[in-house]
Amino acid sequence: MNRKTTDKLAKTWLWFSAILIILTLLAVLGYIFTMGIGSFSISFLTEMPRDNWRSGGIMPAILGSLIVVGIALLFATPIGVGTAVYLTEFTKEGKITRLIRMSADSLNAVPSIVFGLFGLALFVFYLREYTGGPSLLSAGLTLGFMVLPTIIRTSEVSMRAVPFAERMESYGLGASKLETIWNIVIPGAIPGIATGIILSIGRAVGETAPIIFMVALNPTIPESIFGSGNTLTTQLYYLAMEGISLKVAFGTALTLVLIILILNTIARILKRKFSANLRRS
Amino acid sequence: MKKGNGINTEKIVAAILLLFSITASFILLLIMLFIFDSGLPMFSKIGILDFLLGDKWIPAKNLFGAFPFIVTALIVTLGSVIIAVPLGVSCAIFLSEIAPRWARNIVRPAIELLSGIPSIIYGVFALVVIVNLVKISFNLATGETILAASIILAIMILPIIISISQDAIESVPRIYREGSYSMGATDWETISRVVVPAASPGIIAGIILAMGRAIGETMAVVLVIGNVEKLPMSFLSSGETLTSAILLEMGEAVVKSLHYNALFCLGIVPFIIVLIFSFLSSRLIAKTKTRFA
Repeated sequence: MNRKTTDKLAKTWLWFSAILIILTLLAVLGYIFTMGIGSFSISFLTEMPRDNWRSGGIMPAILGSLIVVGIALLFATPIGVGTAVYLTEFTKEGKITRLIRMSADSLNAVPSIVFGLFGLALFVFYLREYTGGPSLLSAGLTLGFMVLPTIIRTSEVSMRAVPFAERMESYGLGASKLETIWNIVIPGAIPGIATGIILSIGRAVGETAPIIFMVALNPTIPESIFGSGNTLTTQLYYLAMEGISLKVAFGTALTLVLIILILNTIARILKRKFSANLRRS
Repeated sequence: MKKGNGINTEKIVAAILLLFSITASFILLLIMLFIFDSGLPMFSKIGILDFLLGDKWIPAKNLFGAFPFIVTALIVTLGSVIIAVPLGVSCAIFLSEIAPRWARNIVRPAIELLSGIPSIIYGVFALVVIVNLVKISFNLATGETILAASIILAIMILPIIISISQDAIESVPRIYREGSYSMGATDWETISRVVVPAASPGIIAGIILAMGRAIGETMAVVLVIGNVEKLPMSFLSSGETLTSAILLEMGEAVVKSLHYNALFCLGIVPFIIVLIFSFLSSRLIAKTKTRFA
């Protein structure tokens, strides 16, 4: 074959590979939209399920997801941001920082079902007197452990991006180290921290395997974080696996996809703002 | 804040932050501790070889041979890699070498979105669409097969392969390409004989990481693989993986029973594999970086 023809053919394949990937994404999203839009409405989001999931809404699962994600972030944000402050402001680059970073990175690779087993052993059994056993609290804390690496990473990167000169100016005006961190470093890193939090919400709201042993297909409004409840993902799993109601399953799937799309858009806007900040400095 | 106790407050805050950092860095150890503590007691009753190589998994008879689960997990992973690697690496080459800016601006966010879609969504999509496609294409009694699981996993690991390969390809210095062009090579000759070989450690790192993701995935697999506890004969037979067995059986396992221990051991297998993979790929990525530094 002619060298020029080979070159053309190869480039056509490269274009094709990218187009195929876009088409795959469109197929997945398009299918969920078409199948889910029929049952999707405001009342679908705000009503209780009726008739063994065959009609009504998914309000308990939405509440459950909100609570679980809220707990995860309340747990992970202070620890994650605190760790990032420690890494950037209180230590020099060395063995300890490398150890912390390496362990956070490998945590990212741990399979989600292993987090589920861990949460089961630690929160549901070992700490059951404090967590209420298989509860929304146990589920939230397990997800909190899972998203911690993301929050540490994004916060650390954005804190390092705060210019050294701004810290020096603050010291020059007589501010203490803590005042400098509080007034200069953290505010400067807010877009990055916020991006990390948004990404973490997206991850936490979409996870199923880590919390499947802690929540039930339980269409009641959760009464406390120590009690049981269900979430969008676990409900979707049960509805699809047991074939209870594909209609409500796809409605739930569409709700999840919409949440992910919104979070993804916010994260993109924040990232753009964040990199604009970087360029300015 | 009073000037006098400023230093003290600073020390206290530093101590609290150090405590946070320690918590964060010990999570991996904590996970190991609890998983091993719940799983390893099984080996006082069952030999490690009986577990890894035994082909009968019958909890009621205290038979815990995980071999079929391990083999199925490996085959599903292999299948997904075979599908995803050519596509993913090509897309990475496309993005870093030949895509015009506008195409990159479409493909990049699409891949980001692809990686953000929850695994349960992929599972439900695969359960209804891919399972039926496989069933019709191969004229099978059921489409719930290893092939269906491999296809959906391939879609899920594409973003990892693409983003890590792209980083590797972009880190190849310009001068490599210029040298190739100056000898009269075409774009494709430059890509296939110079750029991709130079970036290969990074590309392999991405593939290894993707394999780790595939072997640990649960939700998308459990919905489409049929969950039959036997050694798979081909890509078109049903099977059950390590992760799907844990998910399906944990509900009926009595706490601290041998069955409960055994399910934790099923989790230890992909956990260890993934940690090794993640270590290998970070070494490879570091190698690529020093290579061109």
